[in-house]
Amino acid sequence: MIELQGVRKSFGKNHVLQGVDLSVARGQSMVIIGGSGTGKSVLLKCVLGLVTPDAGTILVDGQPAATKGAGREPFLDRFGMLFQGGALFDSLPVWQNVAFRLLRGAKKRPKDEARAIAIEKLRRVGLKEQVADLFPAELSGGMQKRVGLARAIAAEPEIIFFDEPTTGLDPIMAGVINELIREIVTEMGATAMTITHDMTSVRAIADRVAMLHGGVIRWTGPIAEMDTTPDPYVDQFIHGRAEGPIESVR
Amino acid sequence: MNLLSPLAALGRLTQGALATVGRIALFAADAVSHLFRPPFYPREFLVALMQIGWFSLPVVGMTALFTGGALALQIYAGGARFSAEAVVPSITAIGMVRELGPVLGGLMVAARVASSIAAEVGTMKVTEQIDALVTLSTHPMKYLTVPRMLAATLAVPVLVAVGDSIGIFGGYLVGVNRLGFNPATYLANTRAYLEAFDIISGLMKGAAFGFIIAICGCFYGMNSARGAQGVGRATKSAVVAASVLILAANYLMTEVFFSA
Repeated sequence: MIELQGVRKSFGKNHVLQGVDLSVARGQSMVIIGGSGTGKSVLLKCVLGLVTPDAGTILVDGQPAATKGAGREPFLDRFGMLFQGGALFDSLPVWQNVAFRLLRGAKKRPKDEARAIAIEKLRRVGLKEQVADLFPAELSGGMQKRVGLARAIAAEPEIIFFDEPTTGLDPIMAGVINELIREIVTEMGATAMTITHDMTSVRAIADRVAMLHGGVIRWTGPIAEMDTTPDPYVDQFIHGRAEGPIESVR
Repeated sequence: MNLLSPLAALGRLTQGALATVGRIALFAADAVSHLFRPPFYPREFLVALMQIGWFSLPVVGMTALFTGGALALQIYAGGARFSAEAVVPSITAIGMVRELGPVLGGLMVAARVASSIAAEVGTMKVTEQIDALVTLSTHPMKYLTVPRMLAATLAVPVLVAVGDSIGIFGGYLVGVNRLGFNPATYLANTRAYLEAFDIISGLMKGAAFGFIIAICGCFYGMNSARGAQGVGRATKSAVVAASVLILAANYLMTEVFFSA
């Protein structure tokens, strides 16, 4: 469903992506792991057209990713994204954040219906109806993350991206978010790409895992093979060892 | 140190300033092109109109009131040197509507609104809210820039009109209470020499200044660097750029409207 071929991206002298090849099948949950600053978020942003790659091809269902023009909006309508910091709109109450897509554009619904859907999605991520009329600044980090998750799934997209879904959360809340993501991906049949450092998340969410290191996909395989792979980079990363081929001072 | 170094530095500075003006002009052209293409966001426009227009009224009103009063005193003091005290009402009115109302009003709105827009949009940029807008199939230029640009272009002339009236009233208060003018004569002299184009030219300047303010706020906000420092720098740059461009535009428009 999503195919990346030789994707390259540099920021000045920082060559972040140096030829990424990756394939994600429909309905699959792909988790991309890798150290901080290895370009995981850039990779997701390249697929969405938020960052323009210097070279390479990105295909979604065999078609080039629409980065501009008339096809851009229908292309983006297929995606939902949970941002690392939530990226909720401060000026809008929670329910309008969740129903943002349902209040404008091609998927516009009547206001009452959009609110009802937003409240249902909030319940889906474990938040009460009373939260709907609060503003994002009134919520804790974990609640903001869940609202971000509700927004990502509100329009029932085919493809969902999760950027560090559990970063900054306590272990219990992280567990709740992991379960939610797994349930949502399974129930909705969506294709998911998640980037994380959290190995508990990886084990809870992933069907397949890809490790990004040195600007390329260093290893990719089913989650069941991750612990037994002989790749020293994966071995060091998943066990959190200071010693190994990955330099601890970067 | 090379003797040409200061010149080279000056050249780099000029080049950088012109490049920035060019980037702002391209951004403005892009924003204007989106003005006529759907989707439109009327709610965002109304919110911007309220924030830019209504909430700027006190600061513009106070500025105009004191400026009108000070202007009357200055003209009286200057006019007394060649026995021309009688021109106080007409020069105060003409000075307010042609120049001081739009320019000072524009600068006050620039300080209040360009900073606020740059800080808000800049914070949205660094917290990935603008990326989130894109992923929600919403064009940031249409959703953030166009409503603010339209609201400021329409609201600032109205603020200028209100400011002009308050400024003339400030001049009247000083003229009548401090300088001993007869109230009826002051009003009659104000009306006698004030022409419709004096007022219209000031309102046209107001519209141009409103456009500049919103464009500078959005441009620097959307190009904000990361972190609190980045947003702070964007806010400062937006106010400085808007103020300088307002003064430059004021000179150009005055040349166009009033050069003989």
